[in-house]
Amino acid sequence: MWDYVKIAALAAITLLAAIAASYARDIAYQVHAVIVMLVAGGLFLWTVRRADEIPAPVTGEYMDDVIRYGVVATTFWGVVGFLAGTFIAFQLAFPVLNFEFLQGFGNFGRLRPLHTSAVIFAFGGNALIATSFYVLQRTTAARLWGGNLAWFVFWGYNLFIVLAATGYLLGATQSKEYAEPEWYVDIWLTIVWVAYLLVFMGTLMKRKEPHIYVANWFYLAFIVTVALLHIVNNLSLPVSLFGSKSVQLFSGVQDAMVQWWYGHNAVGFFLTAGFLGMMYYFVPKQAERPVYSYKLSIIHFWALIFLYIWAGPHHLHYTALPDWAGTLGMVMSIVLWMPSWGGMINGLMTLQGAWDKLRTDPILRMMVVSLAFYGMSTFEGPMMSIRAVNSLSHYTDWTIGHVHSGALGWNGMVTFGALYFLFPKLWNKAGIYSNKAINWHFWLATVGIVLYAASMWVTGIMEGLMWREVDANGFLVNTFADTVEAKFLMYVVRGLGGVMYLTGALIMAWNLWMTVAKGAPKEDATPAMAPAE
Amino acid sequence: METYSILREFADSWMMLGLFSFFIGVVFWVMRPGATRTYSDTANIPFRHEDAPIVDVQPEETR
Repeated sequence: MWDYVKIAALAAITLLAAIAASYARDIAYQVHAVIVMLVAGGLFLWTVRRADEIPAPVTGEYMDDVIRYGVVATTFWGVVGFLAGTFIAFQLAFPVLNFEFLQGFGNFGRLRPLHTSAVIFAFGGNALIATSFYVLQRTTAARLWGGNLAWFVFWGYNLFIVLAATGYLLGATQSKEYAEPEWYVDIWLTIVWVAYLLVFMGTLMKRKEPHIYVANWFYLAFIVTVALLHIVNNLSLPVSLFGSKSVQLFSGVQDAMVQWWYGHNAVGFFLTAGFLGMMYYFVPKQAERPVYSYKLSIIHFWALIFLYIWAGPHHLHYTALPDWAGTLGMVMSIVLWMPSWGGMINGLMTLQGAWDKLRTDPILRMMVVSLAFYGMSTFEGPMMSIRAVNSLSHYTDWTIGHVHSGALGWNGMVTFGALYFLFPKLWNKAGIYSNKAINWHFWLATVGIVLYAASMWVTGIMEGLMWREVDANGFLVNTFADTVEAKFLMYVVRGLGGVMYLTGALIMAWNLWMTVAKGAPKEDATPAMAPAE
Repeated sequence: METYSILREFADSWMMLGLFSFFIGVVFWVMRPGATRTYSDTANIPFRHEDAPIVDVQPEETR
């Protein structure tokens, strides 16, 4: 019966998408309607071919297929996102790379949101979904709830990414940082996200472990808060049912505040809480010892949850936002430093008594470096949120450097660590194909981040100082173009840092591929907790 | 009073007090007697069910 409902629904969606494509008012909407039509049509055929087949019910094993797809997608989108980032870094250094024949599609303004969304939502999001499914099952001792709903979450989320990415290139954007996709893409993500929450909650409810492990708390906070943020920040009215353009419900400073309430909590709950969930599982697993202090992890969780939500206004110092709101955001950002470092210390101290493993285990080394960068960027962030510091740092490349030391250092490195951990486990291999290649990846990525962050500090502070420099009569000394010229060398260094990071990721992709294709299978006699090498 | 003022006054007083007490309560809760033993068991959850879930029909542990 369910199959017939699905077939009817898919047929209706295919038809409606075809109609929408022909009535489309802009090219982005038209392309999206065609994509939806093809996907729904393909699914229609696929469902018809399998109708009335009754799959054997699976019990006694975890649902790992969807996680295998997830980690492959993570690797793929990671390389795509890093490539886009490296390319636009060189576009800034060498404007000639904004090719004439790509104007309107491949210039910096179109590619930048493609890069940010590819790394945050495609790479980071797939990593979070895949690892959350893995961690959730292992820490609840229960198979994922909802049957094929987990597949819907995976494919639905990746369809969202394809729609978002093509939309940016074709100019469909609501111009909100990290929330660029237009209204119908937002609605689709909401549906997928609710399904994600259902899978997560359903599995938690049928858990066999009486306690909910702390990693799941972080994952759940990430899912719930992102749902809330996404809906409020995307309250908008479409101009036409057949066009991508929409108008925001909020306006002026309220819109700005809602946007940065969203924007900073996207960092706080997507890139921090979710990835801390990863950290609280994979660091103890790789170090083969439980987390340093479980009590600290609970205090860490609640302190982080209570504080992060207030930090947004620090993005709007010296704007129309009332000063009291800016001060509130600034104070909460500074207080946030403490739980962040509590979490970092908890992760690092998990290695207590196992520090020697750092000498031989490059995966653990990656995780430790990621925690170090987490600590560094959660110190840098509160400092930059102080109004006086912000008056120098805002609108400069220092901000970009800060974001990347967090994103490349913390999110990137902990994800690489988790991927190196997961691939052998998921494909039942003894270990990663080449430890030497992991070492190469580790050093390329680390040196790449250092080049990136250091060059952005120099150029950011330099341009901040140049912008505010006035002569004896109170006139500005430098034109904007002067600062651009002065930054050239640093932009090249930043681009080289990106090349190194991308090269590391390509080595990882090769290494993971070889692990699956040629890695030695795990021997049956080996206990489940075999070291990763 | 208009809605904004009422909500603002409530947020600045009782809501803030409530949230703050909840947080302090959590800190004391994790320090409760006997917590260390409970948490050392909880902290070991990742090392238990690596390969297969617990299935209802078999009452004994899977591994």
